[in-house]
Amino acid sequence: MIEAGRRLEWLNARVIEVRVENFQVKTIVSEASGWTDHAAGQHVDIRLTAPDGYQAQRSYSIANAPGDGQRVGITVQRVDNGEVSPFLLDELRVGDTIELRGPIGGYFTWEPGDGGPLLLLAGGSGVVPLMCMLRARAKAGDLTPVTLLYSSRSDRHIIYREELDRLAAAGDGFTLVHTLTHERPERWIGETGLIDRPMLERHGPDRGANPQSFVCGPTPFVEAIANHLVALGYPGDRIKTERFGPSGDVK
Amino acid sequence: MMEENVPMDGNAAMGRLRDLFAVDLSNATVTCETCDREGPLAELLFYGGPVGVVLRCPACDAVNLRFLDTGRALNLDVRGLKRVRVGRTGA
Amino acid sequence: MAVTRGFTGRRRGEGEAQDRVPPGQFVTSDFPVLTAGPTPQTAVADWSLALQHGGKLLGKWSWDAFNALPQTEVTVDIHCVTKWSKLDTRWRGVTFDDLMGAAGIEKPPTKFVMAHCDGGYTTNLPVADLSSGKAMIATHYDGLPIPAAHGGPARLLVPHLYFWKSAKWVRRLSFQDSDRPGFWESLGYHIYGDPWREQRYDGDP
Repeated sequence: MIEAGRRLEWLNARVIEVRVENFQVKTIVSEASGWTDHAAGQHVDIRLTAPDGYQAQRSYSIANAPGDGQRVGITVQRVDNGEVSPFLLDELRVGDTIELRGPIGGYFTWEPGDGGPLLLLAGGSGVVPLMCMLRARAKAGDLTPVTLLYSSRSDRHIIYREELDRLAAAGDGFTLVHTLTHERPERWIGETGLIDRPMLERHGPDRGANPQSFVCGPTPFVEAIANHLVALGYPGDRIKTERFGPSGDVK
Repeated sequence: MMEENVPMDGNAAMGRLRDLFAVDLSNATVTCETCDREGPLAELLFYGGPVGVVLRCPACDAVNLRFLDTGRALNLDVRGLKRVRVGRTGA
Repeated sequence: MAVTRGFTGRRRGEGEAQDRVPPGQFVTSDFPVLTAGPTPQTAVADWSLALQHGGKLLGKWSWDAFNALPQTEVTVDIHCVTKWSKLDTRWRGVTFDDLMGAAGIEKPPTKFVMAHCDGGYTTNLPVADLSSGKAMIATHYDGLPIPAAHGGPARLLVPHLYFWKSAKWVRRLSFQDSDRPGFWESLGYHIYGDPWREQRYDGDP
């Protein structure tokens, strides 16, 4: 699946859909002429150009399942006082064009048939590439056992909540565990607090089954989780990480 | 506004490196010149942001790779790596 | 290059002190942190600043001794090569001239200096761009000790050049015979870096 020898060109992508995911998150779907499909976990770089030529670039994980023609979906979370996310969330509209290049990445990817069992660990907007993996799995009817342990500040911060519930209700080997770190609603039945070793022991797959772990979110989250996994005996070469940088409050 | 200096990783640098390399290097196995740590390039810590790409060893923080596109030229420094291994299947 | 409808970036001040803004720059009220590596956390008890020439130590100051040197306050505009400029930034520290005076150096031994910093960062400068009041080793920004993320305990401040020359976490100024390039200069940034001539990269006139 790694495309050798192809120059990654900037493509023009026309926005065809904008979908509100929660109070601070939207999914923006574009049609990119020249797009050649992607694997779950890959990302795109997008580039914005101001009238005076100033350019800003950011990377976003691809949210939609592979095999979606020329459609490229990114899920964008607001960064307070950010330079790019307020534009994407507040200004960009259907019919506008943005530049993007991709798909990029060959390490933090999972394709149906790669096997498992899978342990997916999401911190905040780190859920996006993992959701892409879940969508790819569902689309292919793949039955690899997978657990998503998804950490959010509060239930308002959860992304893709209804779809995750639907996927979990399918009874096809996908286990969904939410944890909330800052506030929880009354009658919350999920976990609370930061993901720690006892929580991983409660929900993680049996180490003997040689699980593949994917950890994604802010850098401190990823590093803490990766350390926990290693301490619990998950083999280091079966732990893949993608660091999103500072926590979403700062950019 | 004060911004934290928190790195990303090699995954995020890959788009820029594709301006120079014909293949995606995320899975390339790289060996740190300073401490001999061996692992995927994707796991190197990515500093520099808009100034330039600086990838550092997650074990010892040594600079492993530097890359800068000046618009006029692409510049690469891999003195911090003693080896870069790219499997033909991409693994 | 296609303009993205509605995108302006995080800026603005059209007409705001435009004669103070070098070409290609925009004014910001933020103070972005840009680095090449993790933030060093050097305690002042462990800090020292050295002036050297080859193997010869010309001067060395502990934190207390350094802060006992004549203090200078400046208010200057700063310009980052990533295109943001920040106006009227206030700094306090010891000028390069006063440092040289404290070391008893009347005539610099060479024409060039390499600044060496905690974390390994380096940048090269002509002595002429450090002396005559053009530069200082700053310890305070906006009245407060410079936070580690912005280069504390002490950083170089050379505001007439692009801000990558204002090396954070400076520990040693080393006289060198030729203008050997530092960290960014050796990768393709301009050897000198005058924002008014837009000398961002190697090859810019």
